[in-house]
Amino acid sequence: MWEYTDKVREHFLNPKNVGEVENPDGVGEVGSIACGDALRLTFKLDDQGRIAEAKFKTFGCASAIASASALTELIIGKTLEEAEKITNQEIADYLGGLPKEKMHCSVMGQEALEKAIAACRGVEIEAPEGEVVCECFGVTDLEIERAVRENGLKTVEEVTNYTKAGGGCERCHDAIREIIARAGREAAPAREKPLTNIQKIKLIEETIEREIRPSLRQDGGDIELVDIIGNRVQVATRGACVACPSAPITMKSLVEAKLREFVAPDLVVEEVRS
Amino acid sequence: MKPVYVDNNATTQVAPEVMEAILPYFRELYGNPSSMHSFGGQVGPRLRTARAQVAALLGAEPDEIIFTGCGSESDNTAIRSALACYPEKRHLVISRVEHPAVRSLAASLAKEGYRVSEIPVDSQGHLDMGKLRASLTPDTAIVSIMWANNETGVIFPIEEIAELVHRHGILFHTDAVQAVGKIPLNLARTKIDLLSLSGHKLHAPKGIGALYIRRGTKFSPFLVGGHQEKGRRAGTENVPGIIGLGRGCELAAANLEAENTRVRALRDRLESELLRRIPDAQVNGDPEQRLPNTSNISFAYVEGESILLMLDEFGICASSGSACTSGSLEPSHVIRAMGVPFTMAHGSIRFSLSVYNTEAEIDFIIDKLPPIIDRLRQLSPFSRDRAVPCSLA
Repeated sequence: MWEYTDKVREHFLNPKNVGEVENPDGVGEVGSIACGDALRLTFKLDDQGRIAEAKFKTFGCASAIASASALTELIIGKTLEEAEKITNQEIADYLGGLPKEKMHCSVMGQEALEKAIAACRGVEIEAPEGEVVCECFGVTDLEIERAVRENGLKTVEEVTNYTKAGGGCERCHDAIREIIARAGREAAPAREKPLTNIQKIKLIEETIEREIRPSLRQDGGDIELVDIIGNRVQVATRGACVACPSAPITMKSLVEAKLREFVAPDLVVEEVRS
Repeated sequence: MKPVYVDNNATTQVAPEVMEAILPYFRELYGNPSSMHSFGGQVGPRLRTARAQVAALLGAEPDEIIFTGCGSESDNTAIRSALACYPEKRHLVISRVEHPAVRSLAASLAKEGYRVSEIPVDSQGHLDMGKLRASLTPDTAIVSIMWANNETGVIFPIEEIAELVHRHGILFHTDAVQAVGKIPLNLARTKIDLLSLSGHKLHAPKGIGALYIRRGTKFSPFLVGGHQEKGRRAGTENVPGIIGLGRGCELAAANLEAENTRVRALRDRLESELLRRIPDAQVNGDPEQRLPNTSNISFAYVEGESILLMLDEFGICASSGSACTSGSLEPSHVIRAMGVPFTMAHGSIRFSLSVYNTEAEIDFIIDKLPPIIDRLRQLSPFSRDRAVPCSLA
């Protein structure tokens, strides 16, 4: 059972502003039945350009309904400029937080709002550019990148919690990992000073734990850091990796590539027995 | 508020008679049956009685029963045993709607290099017998097909399947966790080699299961250690659990008729009244070939978790095959395997009754559910005229 806050329960059991605004100025619609949740947001402006009335219809779980209800409460009384600054985190915060697996409900609210505001301004909503990465839920690389940037996401699991991407057949997990890495590189300014040895060891260990181990473990394998000599990183294989014929390829394409990406571009990975 | 509990395929209330039978083994009779002293030794005969009670419900012999920790352990034991006994065979067959205890094991075996065939089901939840027949090869070590489905209650023709598999000289295992105690079984008359059952699905406690191993079946233990269970499952016996499972099986035998008459009638009334009062709803799975206690109904245009939480406000305990309740993002693999459309799949609710349910409880659900569905449909942007497909780019 999900641990919902009292505020989520309240907005689920007695949602505010249910329905459709007549002759709306803005309409935003996201999601679908197939995807498991959907939201239709409509609002009307007053003569001062403030959102006078906002209503929603939601298909989805308790947190989807509560998020939509919270969204309408948050935007009523705001100008479009003020409303468009609302983030998915603010929707979640309004509800006293959401279970992490349900954060995509708040993202759905933010997306519907964006679409409705664009429609209100008469801006043609550009069909999300970029390429579909997750075919199960129709999520593009740009959408994932944005969620990663705005919410500081670090793992595939977090991306799934926020965008649903990767929650189906899981074939896109590698692509999501790449997007996370790309966003991380852009966010982190180039390192100026060379790493001290201790920093280097720590960073290598962290990178193995975060970027390498999860995908090895999926196949029942593992590696262990044995030693670091200059720019040579010595590791030993464990579990299924020991007997795996493609382990040498994995050493280059995954282990070395990730360590070069996150630690230093001149690292060389060597396999040792221990 | 006393809950209206209609989630008995998830777990059941421990029967008062079972509770009474167990308690002395937590209090004064705490001895270890393996001990040399008579204080521990006196427990041994009680375990024999329990084993006989389990065997009697199945139509088996007591020495064909070993006690395990749960249904999942029984499933793992059975399948791993077959692979260990026939190491040259590298193929196994399961159905697409198996419980995770079997499905996840098969997935992990696939990673170990085994070939796994998953036999599909049709829209009524019936197994594709032609595909099953075609999947059997000399390389097949074991076929594992559940007796009754936990989500829909659909019953597979297990005796016929066991015959077929046996004719090919292949071991047959069935996960009968949902069937035992709900439909009459007589294993002596079948060709089933291995069968799993679980205590907490039949009013015994959690943490006790059993595996039936037909006499003469090659077997390799899963848990190795002491000599318990004649070396077939090591570990000090869960004495209170075993006593409880024995008494639970005895009770289940006595209640089998009530399960198939009174409980069935309650289930049928619940189902027909809900379908009569709520438009755009459907029963998932063959309504005839089905456990007497289970009803899986889909309500279009609404989502299962919302239904469950609104039912929860009234103390009604049911479950759903919707994505949101499972922690994954996709609806149940059973519902999807049957090809139930997405408009229906996300709004599926399972009611599973027991002999402890009353007419008044069923009336209560019939009264409370229609307004809940109506309310959620008013909230929903979808309806019969407006069910747009997924807006994939």
